Amino acid sequence: MATLAGLTASCGGVDTGDESTVLVLAAASLTTAFTDIEAAFEAAHDGIDIDLSFSGSSAIRLQVEEGAPADVVALAHEALIDDLLAASFIDDASVFATNELTIAVPADNPAGISSIDDFADDSLLLGACAAQVPCGIYAAEVLERADIMPALDTEEPNVATLASKVADGELDAALVYTTDVLARPTELRSVALPSSDDLSIRYPIAVVDQTPDSQRFVDFVLSEEGREILAEAGFGLP
Amino acid sequence: MSQRSQFGSERSPVVLIVLGSVGALLFVLPLVGLFGVTPWSNLVSLLTNEIVIDALVLSLVTSTVSAALCLLFGVPLAWMLHRVDFTGRALLRAVVTLPMVLPPVVGGAALLFALGRRGLVGEPLDDVTGITLPFSIWAVIIANTFVAMPFLVITVEGALASLDGRHEAAASTLGASQLTVFRRVTLPMIAPSIRAGVVLAWARAFGEFGATVTFAGNLQGRTQTLPLAVFVSLDADRDAAIAISLLMVAVSVTVLLVLRGRWLSGLGSRS
Repeated sequence: MATLAGLTASCGGVDTGDESTVLVLAAASLTTAFTDIEAAFEAAHDGIDIDLSFSGSSAIRLQVEEGAPADVVALAHEALIDDLLAASFIDDASVFATNELTIAVPADNPAGISSIDDFADDSLLLGACAAQVPCGIYAAEVLERADIMPALDTEEPNVATLASKVADGELDAALVYTTDVLARPTELRSVALPSSDDLSIRYPIAVVDQTPDSQRFVDFVLSEEGREILAEAGFGLP
Repeated sequence: MSQRSQFGSERSPVVLIVLGSVGALLFVLPLVGLFGVTPWSNLVSLLTNEIVIDALVLSLVTSTVSAALCLLFGVPLAWMLHRVDFTGRALLRAVVTLPMVLPPVVGGAALLFALGRRGLVGEPLDDVTGITLPFSIWAVIIANTFVAMPFLVITVEGALASLDGRHEAAASTLGASQLTVFRRVTLPMIAPSIRAGVVLAWARAFGEFGATVTFAGNLQGRTQTLPLAVFVSLDADRDAAIAISLLMVAVSVTVLLVLRGRWLSGLGSRS
């Protein structure tokens, strides 16, 4: 009883403050979608301030393991969230979105890229993500299945810079998420891969610090409104 | 040695020692932290990994070529900035030292806008010669030189400013041409500073990350230098990242301690 009273008191203490803040660490590929979700959530929840921090999913796992004060994490790779589950940093996680890999080319496709086989062409400038980040893990799988000797010119540490190097015309093509191409409709276009459904690129979300507000944000992402925003950004829904 | 004799037995002011020590802690503590997490037992196997060897070789080659380029272009640039009177000199000096304060990522992006395949100079270069700089070893060398040369330029310009000009004036009076004076009189007099500047530039190039990853990309064996190898390993394989960091600290400290220490003390004994 005393504990409960103390808890209520401390909650009350927080509530009398103007705003409570929920720190969300999210995968870089969620930048557009989560920025929109933040706006919609804050409009619907007076007094809760969402702080978004985007970085590579592997970096987020490391940040949580090293004690970053995160309230919620949303990653681009299920294996990484499994690591956090195994180490008891989180209790459970839900998949809230799916994505696909595609070949991004500049809107005018100057090199005339038509399929994954072009990734064996040494005369082209080609990119993928580094094997240490999720999009690089998926890219390696796609290239392996294509059964070619890839002639990559760069393995970028982050999918956002990779996409912008294609948009700037510095690369002829790169393997990125379909959502990265949809986010830059005038600069990039997609050359479809043989179906990458079975890569199962699934995005899990989890509460790290169990507070009602953290849970509210996760619930919102999983809600109909959250799903609409994600679908608009080009994500698949589980 | 000279300081001790200069101040004799007078006691050092405690306040300076205390503040100086706090300052020193800022540099010593992170190193202690690095040593503390170093996986000493499998350090050898972590460092003999193919990725690390490739990155080490690339780092040594590119920073050495960059240091040579800094020497070739930086010394004349320092001379120009100090000896030639032209409009816009102060502005040029500011622009030359800009990479010391600019975030290297910004420098890398600027290099891409200028020398990239669709860049101001890069596009005609690509059209005419077929040479594409980004994602090549040359992009690493250019990025390194861009961030490192200011260190050599300000060191050499400082040395030029401390010359009183008497020897050069004497040589000119005796009929030596300006270029001969520069080669035979000026250069030998500022040689210790040039050497110190080259070492600083080499060390800065060796540690360069942001401009490189932006302008040159990241590919093992071609553009992945040690700092890039650390960065991509940091999230996924922390022990490897720590081992590479330790290797970088060891190489850099050795270079700074042995070469720069010796040459700077040589500089001290001259004055």
